[in-house]
Amino acid sequence: MGSNFAKYALVSAAAVSLSACGINSVPTAEEAAKAKWADVEAAFQERSNLVPNLANVVKGAAAQENKTLTEVIEARAKATSPQVNVSGDDLTDPTKLAAFQAAQSQLSGSLSRLLVSVERYPELKSQEGFLKLQDQLEGSENKIRITIRDYNEAVRQYNTTIRTFPDIIGAKIVHGAKPMANYKATTQGAEEAPKLDMAPAS
Amino acid sequence: MRKALGRFPVLLLVLLIAFPAMAQDFPALSGRVVDEADLLDPAQEAALTAKLKGLETQSNRQLVVTTIRDLQGYDIADYGYQLGRHWGIGQDGKGESEKDNGVILIVAPNERKMRIEVGYGLEPVLTDGLSGSIIRNSITPKFKAGDFPGGINAGVDRIVTQLTLPPEEAAKIAAQANSRSSTRDRGGGSMVFFWIFIFFFFILPMITSAMRGGKKHRGKGSAGPVVIWGGGGWGGSSGGSSWGGGSSGGFGGGGFSGGGGSFGGGGASGGW
Repeated sequence: MGSNFAKYALVSAAAVSLSACGINSVPTAEEAAKAKWADVEAAFQERSNLVPNLANVVKGAAAQENKTLTEVIEARAKATSPQVNVSGDDLTDPTKLAAFQAAQSQLSGSLSRLLVSVERYPELKSQEGFLKLQDQLEGSENKIRITIRDYNEAVRQYNTTIRTFPDIIGAKIVHGAKPMANYKATTQGAEEAPKLDMAPAS
Repeated sequence: MRKALGRFPVLLLVLLIAFPAMAQDFPALSGRVVDEADLLDPAQEAALTAKLKGLETQSNRQLVVTTIRDLQGYDIADYGYQLGRHWGIGQDGKGESEKDNGVILIVAPNERKMRIEVGYGLEPVLTDGLSGSIIRNSITPKFKAGDFPGGINAGVDRIVTQLTLPPEEAAKIAAQANSRSSTRDRGGGSMVFFWIFIFFFFILPMITSAMRGGKKHRGKGSAGPVVIWGGGGWGGSSGGSSWGGGSSGGFGGGGFSGGGGSFGGGGASGGW
């Protein structure tokens, strides 16, 4: 009876200590961070989906802004091209993430330039369609900011998990886990919403 | 002195536990109308509460109206989603319920800002474009004239109407308001697997380890403490803010509580 119990205790202790040394917690944290990254991508995708509508509205009302508009469309094409696409497995590669960030921040920059120059067209600003687009753009910037914050938090948890005892054992030996990269606003205004009340762009 | 020193670790522990929740000061969720800035008189508040309760009875969706005295320097959009997660407005999606179907109408009279904060689950129904149009066309004119109760009621009426429409009609209006309906895939399927994963590999081991700990047998060598520490550490972090609450619905006992819904920045802001 006594030895039986000891056997069970040993087996379960072995199972439980396995789960405590990172066999499970590392992939769990990894999947959580990847899911958050999918949210970030979806939020950026939502913004790029708005660009064609914006282009249509602006084209009709402000034909002189063609150059700025072309910039936006090019930046969007670049930001959505497969070359800068970052899948969940690429998150440990800071250079890929940096390329993604650069492309997205270029789109942010050109979008905000367009919205600033469009300020000069009062008839456009009174259009309900344009106002709604502006709401949607603002909303998508807002979601981008929040998803990035959530992603960075998930990455922080993952990176902490793989570097602290006891999870580090499983992380090093079993999973060969590498730290994931944070989403940093390295380039100017990458996370900033296109503001409408800035000084006119040069 | 000795006594004080003895208490210090306990105090530290309490502080550590309390701190994450205190990162930002939110008003308490005292009901469906949290009128911190006193824009409504009791009769109006009661009428509004009845309206909001009717919405939940009919559609199981939660709408909360709050007036905030001080945004503490935060952008209203940042304040809004964190408030939504803190309160857990909307259902948590357990059982048959629609997930994250909460909405908060926030008015900050001192900053002259307002916002309709929409939970993840209602983003396709109450789109950013529609929220913006409600703010611009129904609320702002009344607020500009100083009529806060009128503006709040007008906004609530339009939100309630949209949330109680049959799905096809609501989708039509949502698509009209948004120049293009862009629904966001939040990877709901992967979240389910994620929680199943958590349950089998974390919660279950934690329970078993707790049960083993109850008996007098300690694990061999260092296995015991390591198990408890590892399991406990994860339990703490996975029970984070956006998953708090957990009780479904807020009917029982006349009190009101959020159902554990979560927010991710849907909705629109405005000012007057």
